[in-house]
Amino acid sequence: MIGVCVVFTVYIAVIPLGFLLWQSFRTPQTADVPAIFTLENYIAAYGTADTLRLFWTSIRFAFGASVFAFTLGTVLAWMNERTNTPFKSVFYALSLIPLVIPSILFTVSWILLASPQIGIINLVLQGWLGLETAPFDIYSLGGMIWVDGLHYSPMAFLLMTAAFRAMDPSLEESATMSGANIFQVAWRVTLRLTWPAVVATILILFVRAIESFEVPALLGLPVGIEVFTSAIYQAVHRYPSRVGLASAYAVALLLITTIGVYSVSRLSSRGSKYATMTGKGFRPRQIDLGPWRWFTAAIFIVYFALIVLLPFAVLLWSSFQRFYAVPSMEALQNLTLDPYRFVFSYPNLGRTVWNSVLLSFGSATIVMLVTSVICWIVVKTKIRGRWILDNIASLPIVFPGLVLGLSIMVFYLNVDIGVYGTIWIMYIAYITRFMPYGLRYNTTSMLQIHQELEESAAMSGASWGTTFRRIILPLLKPGLLAGWIYVMIVSIRELSTSILLYSPDTQVISIVIWELWENGQYVELSALGVLFILALFVLVMVAQLIGRQYGVKEQRA
Amino acid sequence: MLNVAGLFTEYPNPQGEVVKAAQDVTFTVEEGHLFTLLGPSGCGKTTTLRSIAGLERPKAGEISVNGRVVYSSAKGVFIAPNRRGFGMVFQSYAIWPHMNVFQNTAFPLEVGDRHFSRTQIRDNVMRVLAAVQLDHLADREATMLSGGQQQRLALARALVMEPALLLLDEPLSNLDAKLREKMRFELKRLQRELKITTVYVTHDQSEALALSHQIAVMNEGRIQQIGKPRDVYERPANRFVADFVGNTNFIEGTLHAIGPGFHLTVRTEIGDIKISTDLPVSAGDRVTMSVRPEDVALSDTRPQGENVWEGRVEQKVFLGEAIDFRVTVGPRELLSRQHPALRTPVGGPIFVQLDPEKCVLLKVV
Repeated sequence: MIGVCVVFTVYIAVIPLGFLLWQSFRTPQTADVPAIFTLENYIAAYGTADTLRLFWTSIRFAFGASVFAFTLGTVLAWMNERTNTPFKSVFYALSLIPLVIPSILFTVSWILLASPQIGIINLVLQGWLGLETAPFDIYSLGGMIWVDGLHYSPMAFLLMTAAFRAMDPSLEESATMSGANIFQVAWRVTLRLTWPAVVATILILFVRAIESFEVPALLGLPVGIEVFTSAIYQAVHRYPSRVGLASAYAVALLLITTIGVYSVSRLSSRGSKYATMTGKGFRPRQIDLGPWRWFTAAIFIVYFALIVLLPFAVLLWSSFQRFYAVPSMEALQNLTLDPYRFVFSYPNLGRTVWNSVLLSFGSATIVMLVTSVICWIVVKTKIRGRWILDNIASLPIVFPGLVLGLSIMVFYLNVDIGVYGTIWIMYIAYITRFMPYGLRYNTTSMLQIHQELEESAAMSGASWGTTFRRIILPLLKPGLLAGWIYVMIVSIRELSTSILLYSPDTQVISIVIWELWENGQYVELSALGVLFILALFVLVMVAQLIGRQYGVKEQRA
Repeated sequence: MLNVAGLFTEYPNPQGEVVKAAQDVTFTVEEGHLFTLLGPSGCGKTTTLRSIAGLERPKAGEISVNGRVVYSSAKGVFIAPNRRGFGMVFQSYAIWPHMNVFQNTAFPLEVGDRHFSRTQIRDNVMRVLAAVQLDHLADREATMLSGGQQQRLALARALVMEPALLLLDEPLSNLDAKLREKMRFELKRLQRELKITTVYVTHDQSEALALSHQIAVMNEGRIQQIGKPRDVYERPANRFVADFVGNTNFIEGTLHAIGPGFHLTVRTEIGDIKISTDLPVSAGDRVTMSVRPEDVALSDTRPQGENVWEGRVEQKVFLGEAIDFRVTVGPRELLSRQHPALRTPVGGPIFVQLDPEKCVLLKVV
């Protein structure tokens, strides 16, 4: 069983990388011309000034989005952790909601809000201020940064909240006692002490932004702003498709993400210099903002409106229209349920939903079980070279979704074992993509299981399999469950990997949304999107409820 | 019963260096005896115990129980821990938090090689829980137990499969002082009643002295002395044992004269001390003696007999049931434990007497 898990992991993690590199050195294969070795892809990809522009645009986009998300998230986290802003406990709970909204729906809703032609915000502002032209253009680099940064600011918020919570508040208090004011403390002590977390958070956000596909594809491509991910998509989807060129782009993207991920891991492994953890159960003193606390509360409300209420409201509005129309009195009279009727009569809807459910539940289960064994080997045994296994299983984390889809597509096109075009290739892709996350969740939990709990089972006469099944897995339950929920949610929203791998039989919900967008069926898309978001929301709530039930029990242990 | 012969162990530390733990460890434990491995942390006692358990694979040596070889480097035998059938109580107790008291105790009967019916499991579990006085808590969640109850549960779980050998790894070190003392009696009673052969690991000398039939004192991977508690305490083999097992005064000197019947005189910085020994020594040897604080007799009036000096009280520490004196005799300072009735003030003169029988000559290493 251990062997099977190890072989499975190595197979699933190493194959895509190898094939991607191999493919980037090959000419396209046709019926009568076999593929041969070539450097042409690299020359085509890197031999022109266009590539430099591509690279520059990608960097500017990723940098802008990550810094924007970080600034927003950090300010909110600081306000939430260190000030007496009213309603902040409510806000913390609400801050998790945006993570449920799939990127493609978030992007679409912001198009409906801020596109120069139909954007509601633009039209409203034009009406009020009597402007000739639309004040906002979402189809621009700035628009891309706005949407992507806004969507991932909750991630920055969560990461920085954790960093602030880990810090010994007496360090800040002593600065206050030395006479520093609120902003001096925040700038000169709080932020400096959380410096490793700051850099790590920005890097994580940067890597994520450069992997982002939905925003550049929906907002950038219509006006010719290309980044690496959208360039890869274009290269595959033109006719004849140029997989080799896409692979060459992908290799560059992979290099950037690898450097980013490597820096993050280096940073967190030598963060001990800034050991901010003291283990003392101090409650941080909260800064009294006085009347300003209503101002910070207003910031929270505006933020929540921008990230959840407005996007969801605009989707909801549009989902009750026959053709998309800007809100107005006459549009109000044309409310209809047609889009929902369309969604429910959509051919293969049942099958699509079933695919999504099967894929997300199935891959979450497999990911968590396989990584629990891998993680046991890495954490609990003293086998030489176990760190290699850890790195191999974490390898897929450097793959942007699109690049992973590309590599897997290329591999199973060349090695025909009958999975191409079936649901199995989607399984393989999802499992590969989310394995590193499963591993992280399991590792956190596994580290907390005392070695002697396992040894006492061995002394009781239990074999390894029995020990694993009856001791390790039950004790791992909090991590297993949290990881399972996470992987389930991210795989049900997955788009960028699936988009290169699906076939008509293996469509998933996010792909249907993508196709509706391509066909210009906005109102139908909105209806499906509203249902999807509601379903995801319910799913997360139920999962949290179950998780809490188990979580509470385990906490006593 | 248990035979450990020529055991060598080593393991890589987190820096990747090889640490040598047990070095040529050899001992025998008789049927029904409680045998203690005593030593400071890092002396190899836990590694030795874990080697017996099979949780660690030694480099060399042989371990057998009742003639059954469970490990032998020469014969290439290594039996997995789950096939050895030994019971073990861990330092952390290792109570499984996801099972209740009954389930924890029943686990060894469910997973072992021997198969038990459901009623057999029930009967065995309840019997052993009754023995450790936990039968009324059988349905309680294991995490809801107090420290002492957890300790007894761990013991019940180790005993339920009627093991050939019981291994205890510092089982009392996680309890507070009062409870530790209570559990010490409990453990001793249970071990003596069940007559189960036991290997006990601890760094606490009073625990070792209180519980054991035999004690092996270990340091830096090697056994320094094996003996009955009284022997180890009263006749320590070397400086390390004398120092580790209880407090002591070391007095260095030169053997001056050997009289009849092993009566010797040692010339030291406080004067000539008459002692007796059965060690093979000769005149002119440099030697070290160990004298326990309770064997340094103090009195306000000059006592009769040999080895009497006059000294001065430097410091007193009142401990409740006893009082510790620091007394200078010439250039030396001696530690003495006395009944609190002795009230000589600090700075006052005092008489010091050493019983020749209690001045233990240590082996010259």
